[in-house]
Amino acid sequence: MLKFLTAGSVDDGKSTLIGRLLYDTDSILDDQLEALQRSNRKNDDGTIDLAILTDGLKAEREQGITIDVAYKYFQTDRRKFIIADTPGHIQYTRNMVTGASNAGLAIILIDARKGVIEQTIRHSFLVSLLAIPHVIVCVNKMDMVDYSEEVFDKIVADYKSLISVKLDLKDVQYIPVSALKGDNVCYSSERMYWYKGKNLLDYLETVETHVDEDTNYTRMPVQWVVRPQTDDLHDYRGYAGKVLSGTFKLNDSVTVLPSGFTTTLDRIELFDKRPEEAVAGMSVTLHLKDEIDISRGDILVKSNQPPIVSQLIEADLCWMDTKPLDPTLTYLIQHNSKVTRCRISEVLYKMQINTLEKLYDEEFKLNDIGRIVIKTADPLAFDVYQQNKANGRAILIDSRTNLTVGALMFRAAAE
Amino acid sequence: MSRKPDYLDELEAEAIHILREVAGQFEKPALLFSGGKDSITLVRLAEKAFRPGKFPFPLVHIDTGHNFEETIQYRDEMVARIGEKLIVGYVQDDIDNGRVVEQKGKNASRNQLQTVTLLNTIAKHEFDACIGGARRDEEKARAKERVFSVRDEFGQWNPKSQRPELWDLYNGKIHKGENVRVFPISNWTELDVWNYIRRENIPLPSIYFAHEREVITRNGQLMAASPFLNMDDEDVVIRKNVRFRTVGDMSCTAAVESYAFEIDDIINEISASNISERGARMDDKVSEAAMEDRKKGGYF
Repeated sequence: MLKFLTAGSVDDGKSTLIGRLLYDTDSILDDQLEALQRSNRKNDDGTIDLAILTDGLKAEREQGITIDVAYKYFQTDRRKFIIADTPGHIQYTRNMVTGASNAGLAIILIDARKGVIEQTIRHSFLVSLLAIPHVIVCVNKMDMVDYSEEVFDKIVADYKSLISVKLDLKDVQYIPVSALKGDNVCYSSERMYWYKGKNLLDYLETVETHVDEDTNYTRMPVQWVVRPQTDDLHDYRGYAGKVLSGTFKLNDSVTVLPSGFTTTLDRIELFDKRPEEAVAGMSVTLHLKDEIDISRGDILVKSNQPPIVSQLIEADLCWMDTKPLDPTLTYLIQHNSKVTRCRISEVLYKMQINTLEKLYDEEFKLNDIGRIVIKTADPLAFDVYQQNKANGRAILIDSRTNLTVGALMFRAAAE
Repeated sequence: MSRKPDYLDELEAEAIHILREVAGQFEKPALLFSGGKDSITLVRLAEKAFRPGKFPFPLVHIDTGHNFEETIQYRDEMVARIGEKLIVGYVQDDIDNGRVVEQKGKNASRNQLQTVTLLNTIAKHEFDACIGGARRDEEKARAKERVFSVRDEFGQWNPKSQRPELWDLYNGKIHKGENVRVFPISNWTELDVWNYIRRENIPLPSIYFAHEREVITRNGQLMAASPFLNMDDEDVVIRKNVRFRTVGDMSCTAAVESYAFEIDDIINEISASNISERGARMDDKVSEAAMEDRKKGGYF
């Protein structure tokens, strides 16, 4: 299963690209196609406007833009895919961050006629901030530039120099496409015979996604304590949660944080199964040798792989509320199953995300991104986001409105 | 045991995680049980999340009175088998006390009315979270809905002011009177659900499998002949081999002609089919935004 994000605006043909992927993989059913035919939005040449497939809300169809994240599903013989279709406009940065948070791969769309522009920088920065492991740069609308190799090469060179100076992106692929005509989306293009790489679908189907299982960060936050308290299960006490990262094995030495008690992993349960190990992504119930006071919000870790435990944390913040950040206010921070109070004790800098320059004004408004120091009421047991995403992120909640107002990516314990 | 998790394992683990978050974050959750395959799947996932303990929530069924008999029988047998609590809200009660008025005409259905009964049941029991089996692949308004979807005190969904939902961190904080609809199988497709049911060997109501039944043709769809359908002289009752892809009211759920008697047949049939699941739901055909409008009004 691969979750991926598409970054770009309607003008870049993002919705058309997604529509093309769905259409060419036969993921659009007859009654949905019929609904499309009924709709009066058509391309200039009378073909169906594939973009309309992805715009779910009335307001979006009326305005022809994507406002919110929409999830689309399709499957090929090789893999199941979930697309997070996110808006590209700057006023929807928070929606893009939301879509990016669960993505294993990002497609960054560039209009071949425009090349690398401000929004390309912004989208690439967000992909790097969220540490999405794979990036595909799709240079779209190649049909509008006569499928020119020179145009493509120039954009690739521009993009490479951008990321080498300013961004930390690891695996980047470049594909020239025409979403409108279908070139290099699901079928390799004869019109771009000069391009020897994989087409988009080919790449999506084969990119390596397995990560996290062999890391040095074995973690499981406790979500729920299973205690039937019936006569025959009087002493049953299981700690239920999802393994965030790493692998727990029977008889591992396990430490409970923040209390710091250490014990041994006695049994792993998965409903009627008793597996010998629990790997990243599995929802399991763990039993420990000793009776220790453990409740929701605690985290179990492999004893020889301790996380950072601190009440003062340096983090990247993306502000997501229309009300600006108030440094005098106490917010709630939710880190895995743990919720505690916190305050933003210092704003280190903000990022001008169109140019990647640092700004030193204090006020965090909607869609602002920057580096802050946060002070929490209870200590958090966390990892650095870039090293172990699964235990390196948190959300901020405004306790007056209950809204999710910020996304946090931890960088280090602060002094 | 150290085989790599496949995608059904991933979907299962995600759903179990969501169910446990509901248990951990809310005072009075409930699981909305319709008798359909999606809510049946939720019950299995809840067993995986909480056994050998009891579910930390009751099952809630909104009974329109227009159910397939087979669904009710299945429901009662299942509740007896798993030993959990069932609460039933009756649409008939709200018709009798005048809170809703039965629709008239040929296409009359109680589908719209059940929203009122649902909201009344939530208010009466003070449920703060309702777990449902909706999936994002069903319909494009649903494609935009969060896993934790906050409803205001009138039960309304506001698609334009949804909370950002990041990573697997679900914010269930609400004010008094509000409640959250929770969708643990948001990321599953129809085929995923069927593959899971096959893998887990979960029993289903018999109407999902091909059987001979009296049907009439209405707006190009096959509808089960029943006292709940307003029929007249123009309606010709015929017998056909059919099954149902979704299970709602008898008056709004269309059948498909089918010879799929076993689950493998069904999976083959769906894989080859060119009609989406909700293509057989009359309630979605009203307009392009039919689902979005109903959700804004408090529908599942």
